[in-house]
Amino acid sequence: MATTFHAALENLRTTRVWKSIFRRGPAITNRTRSVAVFGNLFLHWLPVKVREKSLRVRAAYYLGSLSFLLFLLLVITGVLLMFYYHPAAPNAYRDMKDLRFVVSNGVFLRNMHRIAAHLMVLLVFCHMFHVFYRGGYKPPHEFNWVIGVVLLLITLFLSYTGYLLPWDQLAFWAVTVGTNIVSAMPVIGSKVRFVALGGNIVGENALLRFYVLHVVILPLLAFLLIGVHFWRVQKDGGLTVRSKDDDGKN
Amino acid sequence: MMEKTKIESGFSSDAKKEPRRIVFITRNTSAKVKDDRGPELMTYPHLLVREAIVFEVLIIAMVVLALFWDAPLEQLANPLLTPNPAKAPWYFLGLQELLHYFPPFVAGILIPTLVLVALIMIPYFHVNVEGKPLWGEKASKRLAVVAAVTLGLLILLAVVDAWTIILPTVFVAALLVASYFSKATSGWMGSLRLKPLSWWVMTWFIATALCLTVVGTFFRGPGWSWVWPWGTHAV
Ligand code: HEM
Repeated sequence: MATTFHAALENLRTTRVWKSIFRRGPAITNRTRSVAVFGNLFLHWLPVKVREKSLRVRAAYYLGSLSFLLFLLLVITGVLLMFYYHPAAPNAYRDMKDLRFVVSNGVFLRNMHRIAAHLMVLLVFCHMFHVFYRGGYKPPHEFNWVIGVVLLLITLFLSYTGYLLPWDQLAFWAVTVGTNIVSAMPVIGSKVRFVALGGNIVGENALLRFYVLHVVILPLLAFLLIGVHFWRVQKDGGLTVRSKDDDGKN
Repeated sequence: MMEKTKIESGFSSDAKKEPRRIVFITRNTSAKVKDDRGPELMTYPHLLVREAIVFEVLIIAMVVLALFWDAPLEQLANPLLTPNPAKAPWYFLGLQELLHYFPPFVAGILIPTLVLVALIMIPYFHVNVEGKPLWGEKASKRLAVVAAVTLGLLILLAVVDAWTIILPTVFVAALLVASYFSKATSGWMGSLRLKPLSWWVMTWFIATALCLTVVGTFFRGPGWSWVWPWGTHAV
């Protein structure tokens, strides 16, 4: 059974339709395996070959990759949530109730988006600290570290702007507390806060601004910079491996 | 007589004959081109299979979690009804805990800005790029400096009564001093003795941030007073 399935798959890969889609036959030689990576838009930012050492779990604990996975999951669940959400007060809150009581799998959808958001913040922090302890910021990786710091900020802002959207007490006061701190900025503090909120209090304008930041501006920025980040990992010669990696430790 | 000239174009593919990358030669290593890249494997399938597996494991874990834990939803936002305490999301609660000890400008603007600048500058410091141990040369002098700085910091923190910062600081300082006096050559103490200063600073930062965040999240109640997560108020 398994072998017939396997044979069928192998046959499929030699068909003209398969080749027309993937621009190659079965990836069984090193050449076709290379083409499988650089000939594919979605994989071309990966190197064709990777050092065995950087494949070891300890090299990255997959923290960067998992951050990216969470970003993708957030985009998918986020777009689905947008079908049910109005960025207005108090409609936004009613939409949350609808998600819970009316929409099929609405609770599950919201849960996944929420879990992925918190986990992404956590994993991006872990990724940063892990890169630090491995010395992954050292030349020629310096600038990729800086891009990373900007990505950390974007991740935090993404999470924070999303926090307001349910328009419940938790959301409202978390954002009120946070944006009050902005007024402590000397000279321009209250002006910055006014611009961020579109007013002096967290109200409907703030909800709209946070919404636009959350679903358009910040995700686009994040997507762009993640692209640059990945491209730099490859251009900088792959992950940092240390001579210590030889003994299989750390 | 025509001499047969050898025409070379482009780069040779032999990196040992014709190095293209400026390598970083660290002290205590020889200057020869070290082939430390090790064996390489094809990205397809070796890397992609591994990524697919960890991706699936995480997704399955999240789905299971999403079935048993529900995203919170409280009452409709009400500007007239301030909850006590009003808390920011967990990743900002370390800062909110700082607000308890320092004026808003220091806790909310100055410290985050300094942390951010420090983070960005990490790759550009270029001191001790080789990661030499703190307790290498001139160890006793360094101990004196580190002790003075730590004590100064602790006194400052004691003045504002910031014991949720004092606690992790004392903890990391204790490890630091222990590693100075230790004779261990292996095990975790042995490896601590080899850590550079940057390692200690970052570890102190993470320990402090962790302590502040955990306390801010689980141990702070009305008026930012100390509470136990299981519900009883402290006196
Ligand atoms: C949205 C957030 C981020 C994503 C999706 C991301 C993704 C990645 C990925 C996939 C890698 C390849 C290795 C790995 O899996 O760990 C990587 C490497 C790296 N990341 Fe990130 N990253 C993010 C944030 C950050 C942050 C906050 C920093 C540091 C401030 C950072 C600094 C670096 C550096 C320096 C490398 C190269 C490491 C080396 O050469 O060993 N990244 N990142």
